[in-house]
Parts: sequence; structure tokens; C-alpha cells
Amino acid sequence: MQRKKLIFAILALLPAMGIYFWVRLIPIGETLRLSLHQWNILSKNKPFVGLDNFRELFGDPLFLESLFNTTIIAFGVLLITIPSSLFIAYLVFQRTRSRFAGFYETTLFLPHVVSLVPAAMAWKWIFDARLGPLNAALGWFGIEPKAWLFDPVLSIFCIIFLCSWQMLGYAVLIYIIGFKNLPLSLLEAASLDGASKRQAFWYVSIPLLKPITLYVSVVTLVAGFNVYAQAFILASDSQGAPGRQVRTLVLDMLENSFRNYRVGYAASEAVVLMVIVLVLTLIQFRMLREKGKSL
Amino acid sequence: MNSHPVIKTTLSERCIDVFLIVLSIGMVLPLIMLVANAFKTPEEILIWPPTLFPNDPILSNFEKVLSKTPLLIWIWNSICFAVLSTLSIVMTSAVAGYVLAKFKFFGFDFLFAIILATAIIPFEVYMIPLYFQAKSLGILNSLWGLLLGYLVMSFGIFLIRQNVIQSIPDEFLEAARIDGAGEFWVFFHIVIPLLRGPLAALAVLAFFQAWTAFAWPMVVNTSKDAYTIEVGLALFQTGFTVDLGLLSAASALVLIPSVTLFVFLRRNFVQGIASTGLKE
Repeated sequence: MQRKKLIFAILALLPAMGIYFWVRLIPIGETLRLSLHQWNILSKNKPFVGLDNFRELFGDPLFLESLFNTTIIAFGVLLITIPSSLFIAYLVFQRTRSRFAGFYETTLFLPHVVSLVPAAMAWKWIFDARLGPLNAALGWFGIEPKAWLFDPVLSIFCIIFLCSWQMLGYAVLIYIIGFKNLPLSLLEAASLDGASKRQAFWYVSIPLLKPITLYVSVVTLVAGFNVYAQAFILASDSQGAPGRQVRTLVLDMLENSFRNYRVGYAASEAVVLMVIVLVLTLIQFRMLREKGKSL
Repeated sequence: MNSHPVIKTTLSERCIDVFLIVLSIGMVLPLIMLVANAFKTPEEILIWPPTLFPNDPILSNFEKVLSKTPLLIWIWNSICFAVLSTLSIVMTSAVAGYVLAKFKFFGFDFLFAIILATAIIPFEVYMIPLYFQAKSLGILNSLWGLLLGYLVMSFGIFLIRQNVIQSIPDEFLEAARIDGAGEFWVFFHIVIPLLRGPLAALAVLAFFQAWTAFAWPMVVNTSKDAYTIEVGLALFQTGFTVDLGLLSAASALVLIPSVTLFVFLRRNFVQGIASTGLKE
């Protein structure tokens, strides 16, 4: 029977793992290999250049600008998403038996699942300097209209806002699950000891939710470092608009690869992105383990 | 006097409800306004300050955008892509998840460790080499090129493996084997039916993942007839003389089916999200 099992396991696993190696592992390895080579699509040779690509990268103003913008966006989204989703999830959790519970879940989560391009286009219109409702609304308060998507600083805020809008529902959902899994006994003990609801929230729930917060933070940051479509739609210069493009890492990488044909160089940018993501994940595991020790 | 605290709680609960309803509407308001714009006349769309709902709704934006752009072809491309990607992801995840959960042979744990380790690496990192693979296979600008990037999902394998471990006891499988059932029979007649819930959740996640994919379709399919709807829309909006009404109509045509689908499949979706890495 053991032999039969082994044959089945190999027969079943082979196609799935074959595809997995072919479309995941090999390309990841290729990225690492290409990052050490200089390869212009137009030329045949791919000379090995060691870490030259990386050296050039960290002196490249466009790359540094992309890295800076992307970092600001990722942490901006994090700063908005975590506190607001925690707060909203707490409220939704209080009202799980409300007849509106399904409505909350649907509408809060909808921005996370709808196609990104139409959603980004809705926001592009809202931010539009001439026609957008945002300037119209600000006008009621006597605030001067602003060119949201053309100003280099404001357009980054717009991208942060769009990304947070998309991320919020996801984070709320994860936090709600966290609240549902909280040990009731601890919360009851706290209230028996005379803690108010607010105290229980701050001193019992929030510390217990730390693994969830870490998880949501890492997911948000990783998504933030991969921001591309949002910047492409809201603030790209591809139509020759006067607005300055908000460069992000992925956008810069794709441009280096497919517009400038510098594939090796683009691969080294991909490696930087990978290192960022790995470091974030390691920090998450590290912090989780520390928490485990203290318990 | 006794009823006082009860009234107080319902009042605060009502306040929470009001706040959440306002917030929920605010969250979807941009999408509602986009759909509303699709029904505005070209004159009304330029009115300042903008109107929330069309005064005089028209349908001509939809007619024009359908005749001016290959929108239906793009939607068809997206549907084929999403359906095939979903099938592939569900099949590979079901098989790999089950085998890696229940068969303890040399090297299987190592395989699973590799899958977990690569799961966190974002698609954008290996997109460029994958593009050259598609190119050397001659499948650029085709459905197969799109699919190449979306044949497997690390998280799917992980999700199914977790579910098999938690919900299918070994004795169950052994009993069938002792009764003379073959491994394939066990897989198709015992394992798959028991995994119906998680597989449905995974299918919904996979479908929406492909439906909303952007960077990869944009890189791999660059001829107009091979665009997915996301890419088609994004490039349509960068044209010089884009009419906002047409753009909104095109967006509405993309939004309405996916929103409807989501509203119906929300339970599956939430179940899928709920199992993301929270039980590590």
C-alpha cells in the first residue's frame, strides 16, 4: 500500500509542482541571475558585471526618487489604514448582530475587490482640478481649488488616499476576525476587575491583537511597495500631460526593462523590491517570536 | 429606572449604526458617482459644480463606447483568462495541498517550505523573466501568455493543505483504502467533496485576482485585441481626446458585473480571506 501511495503522490504532485517550478521558482532565480548581468535586449551578449547594477542603482536619481516615493506611499497607507481599520472593525464587531452587518461587510470590502482601473478612474475624476467634486466641496468651505494630481506632493497624497481606500476593507475584515477570536474570559476578567470598555479595549484587546496588527501591517506595506496601477492611472505622464509623473519602484522597473531595454538593470531593481519584502516579513516573524517569549 | 441602562446601550448602538452607515455609503460613493457619470450628457458632465446624479439620464455613452472600442472583446478576454486561471489554480492547489498534507515522503516538507518561502515574493519581482519565458514560447499577445503568470497560487496550496489537515482525519482515508479503494478514488470521492467549501472560497479569490490583474496583462499583451478589460480601460483613458462620459460608461460596464458577482459570492470571499495566514 505504501508503494501505491508513493506512486499516487508522485503522479499527482508532478504536474502541479512542475508548473510551480516553471512559473515561480525559475523566474525568481532568473531575476537574481539577471541582476548580476548587463543585458540590453538589443544585444546578444549578457556580460557578468557582478554588483555593478546595484552600484549604479543607488546613484541613479530616478531610482532613488522612485524608492523614496514608494516608501512614502507604503508607510502613508500604513499610517492611515491601521488605526482607522482597527477603530472601524471594533465598531462593526460591536454591531455583528445588527441587521446592517451584512451591508457593512459588503460596502466596506467592496473597494478591495472591484477592478482597480475603474475605481482609480472614479478617484481621478473626484480629484480633477477643473471638474472634480473634491474642489467643489472644498469651495463651499472657501478653500481655493487645488491641482491635486499635478502637484508633486499632493499627487502622492492622492495615491496614498486611493490605496488606503482599497486596503481599508481588507484590514477591517482581518481585524473583525481578530476580535471574534479574542478570549472572552480575559475581557470578562477585565470588566470584573472594574475596567471600563475603553480600558479593556486599550489594555486587553489591543495587546492581544498584536499578531493581527503585525500581519495587516506587513500585508499593507508589501502592497504599498508594489504600488503601480494606482500611480499609472492617477499620475502618469503617458498622455503627455503637463503633470509630473509619480514614479514608483515597479513603474521605474518596467520602464527600464521595456522602454530602455535594460533588463539586467531592471532585474536588480526587482531584487531590491524582493529584499524589502523579505526584510519586512522577517521583522514580522521576529516580533511575533519575541511576543511568544514574553508570554 | 431599571430600563435606563438598556435605553442607553441601544442609543449608543444606534449612534454606531448611523456612523457605520454613513461611512459605508462614503466608501462606495466614488463608485456610485462613476456609474452616475455614465448616464450624463456631455454638457452636464462639464457643469461646475458637478452634479451627483444625472438630471436627464441618457444611454448614448454606452452605445458610443461599445461601437468605438473593442470593449466586449476585452471583457471576453478577461472572462476567459479569469475562468481558466481559476480552474488551473483550483486543480493545482487541490492536488498539491492534499498530497503535501497527507503523504509523508522524503522531501515533501522541503517542497512545502519552498512554496511558503516563495509565497511572500510579489509577482512584480519575477515578472520580467516570466515575460521572456512567454516570449520564447511565442505566446505573447494571447490568452496563454496571460495564463502563464496565473497558473498557480502559493496561498491556494497553503489554504488547501491547512484545510485537509484540520478537517480530514487519516482514519477516514485509511478506512476507504482498507475497503479496497484506490488512491484516485479516495481523492475524487472523499477528499474533493469534503473540500467543497475551501475550494469554492479559493475559486472566488482566484477569479477576482485574475479579473483585476493589471501589471502582468499590461506587459505580456500589448496588441489592442489581446488586452484584458483592465488594461484596455487604462490605456483608453490615456488617449488625448477622451470623453469623460464614455470613460465612465466603459468603467460602469466593467464594474457592474464584478460588483454583482461579489455581492452574491461575498460569503465565499470572506471565508477565503479569513483563512489567509491567520492560523499559522
